[in-house]
Amino acid sequence: MINSSLPELSAALAARKVSAIELAMLFLDRIDRLNPGLNAFIALDRERTLAQAKAADATLAAGTAGPLTGIPLAHKDIFCTKGWRTSCGSRMLENFISPYDAHVVEKLTDAGMVTLGKLNMDEFAMGSSNETSYFGPVKNPWDSSRVPGGSSGGSAAAIAARLAPAATGTDTGGSIRQPAALCGLTGLKPTYGVVSRYGMIAFASSLDQAGPMAKSAEDCALLLTAMAGFDTRDSTSLERPAENYSRDLERPLTGLRIGLPQEFFGEGMDADVRAAVETALAEYRKLGATTVEVSLPNSGLSVPAYYVIAPAEASSNLSRFDGVRYGYRAPEYGDLNDMYSKSRAQGFGAEVKRRILIGTYVLSHGYYDAYYLKAQKIRRLIAADFQKAFESCDVIMGPTSPSVAFAFGAKSADPVQMYLSDIYTISTNLAGLPGMSLPCGFGANNMPVGLQIIGRWFGEAKMLQAAHQYQKATDWHTRMPGGLS
Amino acid sequence: MSLTPEDVSRIALLSRIELSAAERESTRGQLNGILGFIEQLQAVDTAGIEPMAHAVDVVQRLRPDVVTESDRRADFQAVAPETEAGLYLVPKVIE
Repeated sequence: MINSSLPELSAALAARKVSAIELAMLFLDRIDRLNPGLNAFIALDRERTLAQAKAADATLAAGTAGPLTGIPLAHKDIFCTKGWRTSCGSRMLENFISPYDAHVVEKLTDAGMVTLGKLNMDEFAMGSSNETSYFGPVKNPWDSSRVPGGSSGGSAAAIAARLAPAATGTDTGGSIRQPAALCGLTGLKPTYGVVSRYGMIAFASSLDQAGPMAKSAEDCALLLTAMAGFDTRDSTSLERPAENYSRDLERPLTGLRIGLPQEFFGEGMDADVRAAVETALAEYRKLGATTVEVSLPNSGLSVPAYYVIAPAEASSNLSRFDGVRYGYRAPEYGDLNDMYSKSRAQGFGAEVKRRILIGTYVLSHGYYDAYYLKAQKIRRLIAADFQKAFESCDVIMGPTSPSVAFAFGAKSADPVQMYLSDIYTISTNLAGLPGMSLPCGFGANNMPVGLQIIGRWFGEAKMLQAAHQYQKATDWHTRMPGGLS
Repeated sequence: MSLTPEDVSRIALLSRIELSAAERESTRGQLNGILGFIEQLQAVDTAGIEPMAHAVDVVQRLRPDVVTESDRRADFQAVAPETEAGLYLVPKVIE
């Protein structure tokens, strides 16, 4: 059961082979047993979970169940979840019990899904290794001396260890795709604006997007169909007709044109990652796809441009944490400014403070044009590169991450080295494009390698089709870490 | 360019983040490392390029000017550090 796909779980629930309560208990028991070694879950509420499962069983009995009714999932702790502690991985929100649900939580709850708990993450989603969480790092289930990736590292580790069949994640510069790659999962960041940001604690608002993480493209398609949709409470939510993201899964790939950006296959990618990605591309050719070389000449500028734009937006977004309306307040302070400065100094961790300081600097008088406006102009160049590349291909493929999961501490001393681990994922956020990662083999030390697929704007169904057809021909996505049964 | 200790203090003040003298020095090194990294943007010719503030071109939606929220003051103040009689308490700002 723990290895079942979401449609298999749905069928078992419909056939009464298992109840929603039994399914929730199965995963809660695994969490009790295995989470202490992984630190993926940071909030559990058995009573609340079982109450939701009971309601799902009633819906199933009444014959009004949908495809996700009774299936458990867990939420990244960036999503406000009514009645649950929602910490965003920060001391700042250590005691914040959300008074409302994020749109994504609302949609998945309305679909009948059962919340198992809240998942650890890099503090305010700022990190690529889960080492910045106030609640301690998450361990990679494939090798507990290595990072699970970040910032949705708790989501990735929970699914990889089969503590949850699916999870939500968010992706500002690669935070769904990179941990999916490092833990051997499938994860999708939709086109900007497809999923509402309401109730998702803001990091960099022009880049943040929520998406599903699961074991397969088939599961991600089901979840995305339930998560997506227009929401008036997010001013950048797009008003578009609803889509069934599973609609093209079974279509063959004959004639699919895959663009390979030369910049993604140059120096900087480890040999084991390259070998796995090349083998996957050969499989795609066998499935009827053709590959064409494309160029994204400005993609090398994506990381530095991102580290102007994202901190700038973060410095503005995180100004709301002032120790007045919610969040941490320092125990001792003098005047109002002193209260702000001490509360923020004590409530935020080192990486978050660094990004607020950088963001404040690049937006400050005299530097705005040189840094912020300049980065925004380069952002347009990066987006234009993709537009041109998509004239000759339907999807773009390459590695998700330049290396397999690295050891704890390997990159945490040098912020810039850590930032560069998102070198292949950041450009899609800057352009607002959809991207996904799926497992395509194993590299050094038997660690998973991820293949990245980048789609055209609103090309989610096409990406999912490409991923699903590959997963029908291969079994990388079914592999599970040892020692966790 | 490189930040001086005074620059770091000014940025920390603008950010409302207190830094100890030791933190200021280590922060200065890290910020200079990051600024050195983003310096490469300056070499790019962006003449005539329109800045891209957002991934999608959407205009602000308008809605009828009617009340859509219910009164949940008690719920929202339950998570505040300090309140009294429905008000948020802060240190005195006006003598």
